[in-house]
Amino acid sequence: MSGPNTSFDPKQVSALNAESVQAVVSEALAAIANCADLAALKDARLAHAGDRSPLALANREIGALPPAAKAEAGKRMGLARQEIKAALDAREALLLEARDAQVLTEEAVDVTLPTYERPVGGRHPLTTLMERICDVFIAMGYDIAEGPEVEAEWINFDALNLPPDHPARTMQDTFYIESADSGVVLRTQTSPIQIRAMLDREVPIYVVAPGRVFRTDELDATHTPVFHQVEGLAVDIGITMADLKGTLDHFAQEMFGAGIRTRLRPSYFPFTEPSAEVDLQCFVCRGQSIGNPERPCRTCGSEGWIEWGGCGMVNPRVLRAVGIDPEIYRGFAFGMGIERTLMFRNGVTDMRDMVEGDVRFTRAFGLEA
Amino acid sequence: MRAPVSWLREFVAIPPEQSGRDIAERLISAGLEVETVDVVGLGVDGPVVVGQVVSIEELTEFKKPIRWCQVDVGVANGGVRGVICGARNFSDGDHVVVALPGTVLPGGFAIAQRETYGKVSDGMICSARELGLGDDHDGIIVLEAGTAVGADAKAILGLGEEILDIAVTPDRGYALSIRGLARELAIAYDLEFADPGLALAELPAPIAGGKPIECASEDEDACALFTVRTIQGFDAQASSPLWMQRRLLDCGMRPVSLAVDVTNYVMLELGQPLHAFDAAKLQGSLRAGHVAAGSKLETLDHIDRSLSADDLVILDDRGAIGLAGTMGGFATEIDDSTTAIALEAAHFSPGSVARMARRHKLSSEASRRFERGVDRVLAPYASARAAALLLEFGGGSYVGMTAVEAPYEPGVIAMSVDEPSLLAGMPIASDTVIELLQSVGCEIAASGSNLHVTVPSWRTDITDPANLVEEVVRLVGFDAVPSTLPKAAVGHGLSKAQRLRRRVGLTLASRGALEILNYPFVGEAELAALRILPADARYSKVRLANPMSEEQPFMRGSLLPGLVAAARRNIGRGFDDLFLFELGAVVRGSVGAQAPRPSVEQRPDTEQWLSLNMMLPAQVTSLAGLLIGNERARSWSSADRAYEWADAVASAQAVADVLGLHFEVSRAADSTFHPGRSAQLRVGDAIVGVAGELHPRVLEDVGLPARSCAFELDFDLLVLAAVDSRPAPAVSTQPVAKEDLALVVRDEVPAAQIQAAIAEGAGELLESVQLFDVYRGQQVAEGSRSLAFALRFRAPDRTLEAAEIALARQAAIDLAAQRHGATLR
Repeated sequence: MSGPNTSFDPKQVSALNAESVQAVVSEALAAIANCADLAALKDARLAHAGDRSPLALANREIGALPPAAKAEAGKRMGLARQEIKAALDAREALLLEARDAQVLTEEAVDVTLPTYERPVGGRHPLTTLMERICDVFIAMGYDIAEGPEVEAEWINFDALNLPPDHPARTMQDTFYIESADSGVVLRTQTSPIQIRAMLDREVPIYVVAPGRVFRTDELDATHTPVFHQVEGLAVDIGITMADLKGTLDHFAQEMFGAGIRTRLRPSYFPFTEPSAEVDLQCFVCRGQSIGNPERPCRTCGSEGWIEWGGCGMVNPRVLRAVGIDPEIYRGFAFGMGIERTLMFRNGVTDMRDMVEGDVRFTRAFGLEA
Repeated sequence: MRAPVSWLREFVAIPPEQSGRDIAERLISAGLEVETVDVVGLGVDGPVVVGQVVSIEELTEFKKPIRWCQVDVGVANGGVRGVICGARNFSDGDHVVVALPGTVLPGGFAIAQRETYGKVSDGMICSARELGLGDDHDGIIVLEAGTAVGADAKAILGLGEEILDIAVTPDRGYALSIRGLARELAIAYDLEFADPGLALAELPAPIAGGKPIECASEDEDACALFTVRTIQGFDAQASSPLWMQRRLLDCGMRPVSLAVDVTNYVMLELGQPLHAFDAAKLQGSLRAGHVAAGSKLETLDHIDRSLSADDLVILDDRGAIGLAGTMGGFATEIDDSTTAIALEAAHFSPGSVARMARRHKLSSEASRRFERGVDRVLAPYASARAAALLLEFGGGSYVGMTAVEAPYEPGVIAMSVDEPSLLAGMPIASDTVIELLQSVGCEIAASGSNLHVTVPSWRTDITDPANLVEEVVRLVGFDAVPSTLPKAAVGHGLSKAQRLRRRVGLTLASRGALEILNYPFVGEAELAALRILPADARYSKVRLANPMSEEQPFMRGSLLPGLVAAARRNIGRGFDDLFLFELGAVVRGSVGAQAPRPSVEQRPDTEQWLSLNMMLPAQVTSLAGLLIGNERARSWSSADRAYEWADAVASAQAVADVLGLHFEVSRAADSTFHPGRSAQLRVGDAIVGVAGELHPRVLEDVGLPARSCAFELDFDLLVLAAVDSRPAPAVSTQPVAKEDLALVVRDEVPAAQIQAAIAEGAGELLESVQLFDVYRGQQVAEGSRSLAFALRFRAPDRTLEAAEIALARQAAIDLAAQRHGATLR
């Protein structure tokens, strides 16, 4: 720091006096206000706030002032530059906003134009429905078992307590592989997978078995010679019919909603004893339509119950045929038609829709049934 | 089985207020599936009465003969009325059914006094059909003489009768009778049951000196009981009573003649099939046995049948005269001149009747019952009931009965009284178990908790303790069984194949593909059109013995025929742009030597199990796709884009990506595909599939648009090869160096080989190489093309120096040059 300027230097710097500075500022503010776009503003910034601007030039003269005047001139110059900068910034903000408003308007498109150029695909609802069913049982600790579609007659029938002359064999119209006594058939049910599971695995056994099955029915609105079933099998110590009921109830609730119940009606299948038909409480009307013409239900035909499948306790003869001691182990089994389930669950009215491969059918379901 | 409620009520006193529907509910709970409850003559309302024809005046001036009848309908109904009638099957004095004005007949047909044929007709004389009683419209109903004139005809005709239509399961042979159903109802309602099967009908003493027809069984295993009752002096012209005809009709059988109607009636009532022979047409004794293979028999349906040595037949001295328990022979049929009847009632084994019915494709009411098991001791009771009815309505005299019977021991089953409770998962008292078993006809000897249960002769289905347990739990009611869950199982989740199937399905669907599930049947024509020839592994040798259609008798060995058919259907419905796929089983090879059937009494041994499986053809999972038309339709922003060979390969590669695999690609030689535009796909040395454009001739022959593309992959092989656990990559944060490279190569050198040479030559520093341009033209020699590749180099630990990048680049060029004669452009 230099020493005090005791000797007054009378040199006058005209550029630094208040009038001159005020004139420069006024000129700058006017020029800034006149800038029409950002390019003009850029020029104005250079002209009025740049290194060669009048204020910058005047500022250099401060050093020439007597010490007493320096402070006052410095303060004046500072305020003047602040004022110009504020005007520039304000003008810039205004111009940026205006430019954005214009560009974004110009660039706008019709966002309602269609955006899917490639049609969406889909998986067959029978596939996704079977997966969904399997997932319910996977979560209960079951495995998914599989077996061949072209199957040994012994596995499809004999081991399931359907000896050759059994009248129940004619219940299921069988496709035989040539020649007719080859001992090979197209499986008529998923139950042969039970036999395979019991021969391949160690007890306890908890499996579900989805699969395609075959019977010699002509294709019409409610029949198809090729269809799908899901079979369930549990073999363990102490398995009871109550366990079967509980498992079916849980299954029904997972698929059709909380509180849905199942009902068992005595029936007959050679591989289970006792055997029962499984009815599902109607998940649409929940029985409200029974005897109530005001509220008819199309899903259950106002019966309150929907026929869903078959079930029962594994016949000890079946356990013996696969070498499981029926004195120690008991089991239950159940089976449902997937086409039938899809029909009442999703409102499919014609079986042919599921087999003809019309793209509209699969596409409508996408990735979930 | 159709069961009229009034018939059931004859044997069990069901409370009168119980309707057919109520009764049906009880049967359903007991496991008998009542499908419908029909009401006879539903829709008949108003005065339908018995009238007697007083006089008939023939009106002949009309197109058809018309009768103007005076009918007495009883004083209370207005006495004698004039009625116009077009039928001619009645005479003066006959009793007929008259619907008086005010009656409404089925279909809402209202009867009123009306003028017709120049007379005022004051009612209508009714036929069976007009009353909703059946299809018989041959004439009006003529009632038995002596029916009270003026009485309500609805009761006499059984109008309003409720009929339960029951789908009887194959194990419940006994329920194919009124007797069996009535027993179930007696249990359901907890009522006394007067078993009509154990009450021997009273017959007159056999006439002195009569010679009943002799009988014998030549095969006691197949025929353990054989009885014949002989009647003579029978009036074959006598008709069966109206109530009997009515019930036969209600049960779905047509009345034929008294002898036939009676045998059918008793069969429906008791469950025992019977057969009546014209005794005069018999030669010698009646026997059950076998004849030489090839022997002939004309059955009642006028079919000449060639017999098997295994057929169980009824014989007389001349040979076979009927298929036992299935159908009688024509030669010994009862006719209008019959005067002597031999009534056969026997027990035939289920197996022998089942085999015969199947062999001759002949299922009758009798065979259905024998196949399911007829009460072993019932025959003489049923034939007594039938003989009594024949004598009552056909006159004649009883000559006597002959019978042969093998010793009969009822089945005895030991079971623990706890079993039903353990199986059901709820307490069932011992007393309840015993009472319920007694109610179905079992006799029980108990010692502690062990029961020795003697099975009733009619329950041929009960052979095991499990069957007894079933009876108990069924009768306690399935509704009473609680709902619990078994202790949680320990599972393994989805298998690798199951998981990958789901992923691949999702991947293809998200690429725009639609899954189709086709029938697995194919025919030679389809295979020929796809150029799948007999030598091809995809040509299945597995043929159905009874295909749905002779056009498609084979099991598919490829998914393509099904996809082609589905595509054609869609195109026919106006959908030209298609990407279809299927993931499913195909059959390869042929059926092996027939394996012997193992016993079902024990687990098959390893060898038996192996030979059962060896018999089956190989079945593999295939994945195929078919791409037709445009991948993208024309849109506001871009032109349309057709599917091409590369899309098929890309779809296959997308599947490989899901499985953590990379397909080696080379030119395919597959007869179904375009030889120049299809790729063989390999994983290592294993060929896993083919993808590309279909052969132009194939497309012509199957009727699909030109340039359609497809792929088919062996999914099982892919799953086997799929990476189970993928190693993590080393992610280098060092800078990347990018180099482009254009090489000129001969056309016949596949791009994939050049790329492989570049990758190998460039060495470890190469991060990736991608072909981005293919150029043919003036700057490249004829027969050659320029392939441009983008290379990315990166080191794991340092910034690469220009010199080492140049070195690696040159090494890549050198190897491509050395292997394939590539030159730097």
